[in-house]
Amino acid sequence: MFYIYCPYCGEHREEEEFHPKGQAHLERPKEPEACSDEEWGDYLFFRDNPRGVHHEMWVHAVGCRKFFNVTRHTVSYEILETYKMGEQPSITADSQSQAREGAAVSQQEGVRA
Amino acid sequence: MSNAATFDTRTETAIPVESPLAYSYRRSGAPQAGGPSRLQLRERAMLGHLILRGGAIVLDEAVRDVLGLNLPGQPQTLVQDASGERSIQWLSPDEWLVIVPGGEEFPLETKLREQLGSAHFAISDVSGGQTLIELSGEAARELLMKTVVYDVHPSHFPVGKGVTTVFAKATTILRRPSEDRWELVIRRSFADYCYRWLLDAGAEFGINVQQ
Amino acid sequence: MSQSKQQVYRLNTGGRIDRSRTLSFTFNGQRYQGHPGDTLASALLANGIDIVNRSFKYSRPRGIVAAGAEEPNAIVQLGSSEAAQVPNVRATQQALYDGLTASSTNGWPNVQRDLMGLFGKLGGQFMPPGFYYKTFMAPASMWLTYEKYIRKAAGLGRSPMEADPDNYDHFNQHCDVLVVGAGAAGLAAALAAARSGARVMVADEQEEMGGSLLASRETLEGKPADQWVARVLDELASCENVTLLPRTTANGYHDHNFVTLHERRTEHLGDTAPVENGHRQVRARLHRVRAGQVILSTGTHERPLVYAGNDVPGNLLAGAVSTYIRRYGVAPGRKLVLSTSNDYGYRAALDWKEAGCKVVAIVDAREVPAGDWVDAARAQGIKIITGCAVIEAKGSNRVTAARVAKIDIEAFKVTGPVQELACDTIASSGGYSPVIHLASHTGARPTWRDDILGFVPGLVKGVQACGGANGCYALGDVLAEGVEAGIKAAAAMGHAVQTVTLPSAERLQQGPAVALFQVPHEKPTLRGPKQFVDLQNDVTAAGIELATREGFESIEHIKRYTAMGFGTDQGKLGNINGMAIAARCLNRSIPEVGTTVFRPNYTPVTFGAIVGRHCRDLFDPERYTALHQWHVERGAEFEDVGQWKRPWYYPQKVNGKTETMHEAVARECLAVREKVGILDASTLGKIDIQGPDAREFLARIYTNKWEKLAVGKCRYGLMCKDDGMVTDDGVTSCLAENHFLMTTTTGGAAAILEWLELWHQTEWPELDVYFSSVTDHWATMTITGPEARKLLAEISDLDLDRDSFKFMDWRSGNVAGVPARVYRISFTGELTFEINVQANYAMHVWQTLFKHGEKYGLTPYGTETMHVLRAEKGFIIVGQETDGSVTPEDLGMQWAIGYDKPYSWIGKRALTRSDTKRENRKQLVGLRPKDPKVILEEGAQIVFDPNHAIPMPMVGHVTSSYYSPILDSGFALAVVKGGHQKLGETVYLPMADGQTFEAEIVSTIFYDPKGERQNV
Ligand SMILES: [Zn+2]
Repeated sequence: MFYIYCPYCGEHREEEEFHPKGQAHLERPKEPEACSDEEWGDYLFFRDNPRGVHHEMWVHAVGCRKFFNVTRHTVSYEILETYKMGEQPSITADSQSQAREGAAVSQQEGVRA
Repeated sequence: MSNAATFDTRTETAIPVESPLAYSYRRSGAPQAGGPSRLQLRERAMLGHLILRGGAIVLDEAVRDVLGLNLPGQPQTLVQDASGERSIQWLSPDEWLVIVPGGEEFPLETKLREQLGSAHFAISDVSGGQTLIELSGEAARELLMKTVVYDVHPSHFPVGKGVTTVFAKATTILRRPSEDRWELVIRRSFADYCYRWLLDAGAEFGINVQQ
Repeated sequence: MSQSKQQVYRLNTGGRIDRSRTLSFTFNGQRYQGHPGDTLASALLANGIDIVNRSFKYSRPRGIVAAGAEEPNAIVQLGSSEAAQVPNVRATQQALYDGLTASSTNGWPNVQRDLMGLFGKLGGQFMPPGFYYKTFMAPASMWLTYEKYIRKAAGLGRSPMEADPDNYDHFNQHCDVLVVGAGAAGLAAALAAARSGARVMVADEQEEMGGSLLASRETLEGKPADQWVARVLDELASCENVTLLPRTTANGYHDHNFVTLHERRTEHLGDTAPVENGHRQVRARLHRVRAGQVILSTGTHERPLVYAGNDVPGNLLAGAVSTYIRRYGVAPGRKLVLSTSNDYGYRAALDWKEAGCKVVAIVDAREVPAGDWVDAARAQGIKIITGCAVIEAKGSNRVTAARVAKIDIEAFKVTGPVQELACDTIASSGGYSPVIHLASHTGARPTWRDDILGFVPGLVKGVQACGGANGCYALGDVLAEGVEAGIKAAAAMGHAVQTVTLPSAERLQQGPAVALFQVPHEKPTLRGPKQFVDLQNDVTAAGIELATREGFESIEHIKRYTAMGFGTDQGKLGNINGMAIAARCLNRSIPEVGTTVFRPNYTPVTFGAIVGRHCRDLFDPERYTALHQWHVERGAEFEDVGQWKRPWYYPQKVNGKTETMHEAVARECLAVREKVGILDASTLGKIDIQGPDAREFLARIYTNKWEKLAVGKCRYGLMCKDDGMVTDDGVTSCLAENHFLMTTTTGGAAAILEWLELWHQTEWPELDVYFSSVTDHWATMTITGPEARKLLAEISDLDLDRDSFKFMDWRSGNVAGVPARVYRISFTGELTFEINVQANYAMHVWQTLFKHGEKYGLTPYGTETMHVLRAEKGFIIVGQETDGSVTPEDLGMQWAIGYDKPYSWIGKRALTRSDTKRENRKQLVGLRPKDPKVILEEGAQIVFDPNHAIPMPMVGHVTSSYYSPILDSGFALAVVKGGHQKLGETVYLPMADGQTFEAEIVSTIFYDPKGERQNV
């Protein structure tokens, strides 16, 4: 059960108030008709599934009804930040790996089943 | 005047009305505790409920002029007039809930629309779609802990706060207008479920329903 | 039932029990006595009950081993009546109450002399690890049969067959600091955090808080440690910011410091909850705690030594022996042999001696033990045998002797002659394992520490471990760690701590412990007598060795192969020994082998607590319309549509007989086609859309065109996802130039509102438009049929003339004196008016309609009739004709697609993908069964050639099928490959019973094909 900071409500709220909406920062092609079938298929169906930092869209469904983005670690499930629609993340897989360079592999990465 | 249709869904003529809990009273009754009760429930039916949408900057002045209340700009805040009869609550950065005595909602909507002119905003009358349930008594907070996922501890939920949150397997708008009172805004179609839940969860506190 | 027995092992003094009161209880049908303060386990021991169960696999007699949650054997079924049955209760955790009734979980049909014993003794040899997989899985079809008997024989407890009279609930809790475990460390932490003013919760699974301090030999400030416990608890209880939860187990530790606590509120009082002021008290409560900081002060579990016959009743943990003596006033035997690898174990022998019983010998695996407790034992004149271990316990139903020999741990060998010591009790201590279960739930990997020979918990954000759980065992250090953890946790939540003065603890000298995870025997492990590692799951050292020989190297695989640490046990006693044995067999270090992952729940949680109040008529919300009571009183049968209860049909009594559904629906259908019917359509989703860009938004989100829809007009709209598949439909009306009312399917309302917001907030924020749900505000009453106009005219001031109020117009006016919006749209193909009024007025309007409608034959109809009537007209239902793989073109609804709209609306691009352009897609058609009496089965598969060899190529399926009263024939809608080009062709529907039906592909419109009736 996540505890999610809604950037619009300005506080942490229980996961039950939210709906996950999949990968964040997917932009609908501006000219769909100009896309090949493959490009359109990529937009529709293909999603990242990283081990580590992932940007996701959530909606505060039972709350302010606003969509926003969550940067979440898919192994520890830690939420690294949340930010409003239209904003860019300050934490990314790249920024994380730079910060961790030279450091030992996190002890906290357990197996989930 | 915004190019929207307004419609007064109330009538002056004496027509029988049924609040969202009318069926529930007949079905589940209105328990009266024998001795002193630690928990009271009261429906405040047939009030005027408006959903107000727009930018805070757009709405602020009109709300102050027409309703005489400051538009709460901070998340999770609730503002009421001195009588406590009229209130406006933040629901989202561009959404507020206005509750006024029944019958005031249409004139209020009309005046707000006049004042707001051609600005971009929306007002929806939802008076028939929800009702207000008031909880009071020393056990009210415990009842809420059984019911909503939101933290209702006084340090986290002071007077003047209001949130939308999960109510058992439904939803509610929960607000705290005064030290000893909580208000739940319940959707009509869920009202019976919510009522039965509150009676069941409140039984151990000797819940008392005032009709 | 026989007379009560004597409490043969009850001590005359000592313990935290109340000897002035006697409680009687029943175990396996026999009546016994105990005292307030007893657990069921301590009372059983006091009464000299050696055998409490039969073991899971080998059916060996088993006795009580431990005194807490780690007890593997004394798992009982509780309850004096059928309704009160509770399975899987640990006798060590169940407080004794008067009238308690318990029975062995294992040991069908009789614990003392059971039939399975025969199978166990003979079959045991044929039950190596993996036995179940190897033996019972083939043939797979028989598994269900085997499982029933294995389960019955193994006895995993049973659920009650009658309704539970008790109440349960959930509490949503939030706190700054959650302290799990109220022993020395936990109490110190709680005290420190509480004094900061932070919101503190303390959960402890035992009847009394205090943990090991309640039975400790050690003193604090020179006084018995339980006096300090009482003082701290007094202070905590007086703090408004502290919630103390005794009898409460933290069972699961989930993401972001969400911890579930299982509070047993009345289970110490009786097998159902007492009634107070006419209300039955809440029996158990699940606290769903969101904690800012978590402090794990869960203590340790003592590790038993693994030696032959270590499962014979009379083998106990050393610490448990002390607990039973000091806390419960029970010495569970007369003559004790203690086998230990460390100083701590000595306490059991000292307590035993002080209780006036005989200590035959202390057998210490170390060559030169030295320390304060060792000295104390010597001073008491207790015989200490060094460099040795108990290598085997003798006895079958109770220990009769201990076989003791010199061992070489390194070489894993017995090196000296064996001496046999007569005794009835063997206590063993192999050291301590920190209780890391909760920390493991978070996914954090524990860390092995050689200095304590144990794993300490890995920790995620916002959690600390202290005291025994952190591998810290000396009392003074434990208290200091607790205070530090409390201060840190409070500080992290922004609360500064005032001083906490620690009580002074004795400083005891202790010698180093030795690592002994399996005691060698004269015979090799695989051929010697059984040495049990996991008593609950009957896993032996030999089983683990065999698993490694069979090639299992990962500890997770060994666990699954042997069942070690399975089920309710979760590896509390056996896990470390098992891993260490695997490591030795694999020639690896313990950290290399690693530990298995513990999972929630730590101990079993009753379904009642899990379910809470979400059961019976509160299981799920039932949504009602404003007219629900009328439907109920009219005797409607209801259909679930999402969470809504919608009238399905209204059976009437005809000649004293209640109509069947078929009869009722036929009557309702004809009433609509011939006179007038009425439907409660309030459940349709309604979304108020306002803003200058509302029209543009509709054009983007719907497949069809909206730019020309005039004020006062309505239009049917079809909605796709961007993959081109139909997802919703409904009528949207233009209320004003910048104002529309959208209706959605009943089930789709919330999802569609979220869908609109999604596009507005993420892709098109530049469009000035707002959406608000007004579903519940309006009640919608649909009157439909040739007489609809006449009826409405009687009670309305609207101009209903066919030329001024046309089909697909809406008007506002008064209906039954109530302001109403009336929409002239039709889902039946008949003349229809949908009357919308504010829901509070709905009952009045509905009743007025009936007052005036009788003479027109006004008939209420439900969703079933609605389905038949719309299907006769070929109108789709999203979710019935569609399943997420159907495009508007597949439905033949090209008329609802605005191919030339300027914006590439949602779903448009996908309609030109090669796959959506395919010729042989499944397309919606009508089916007319060749035999009009046949009602095709919904979902039935369709083939072109019934003579094709099986498997036949399936070319589609029936989506809707009904009997049409107006046509007096069965008819259906179906999707068929290339169906639009196959009108007039015959298809076949082979059924499971061998029949094959024939049907002709026809138009989807079965009735009034020109659509004249709705336009009258
Ligand atoms: Zn929010």
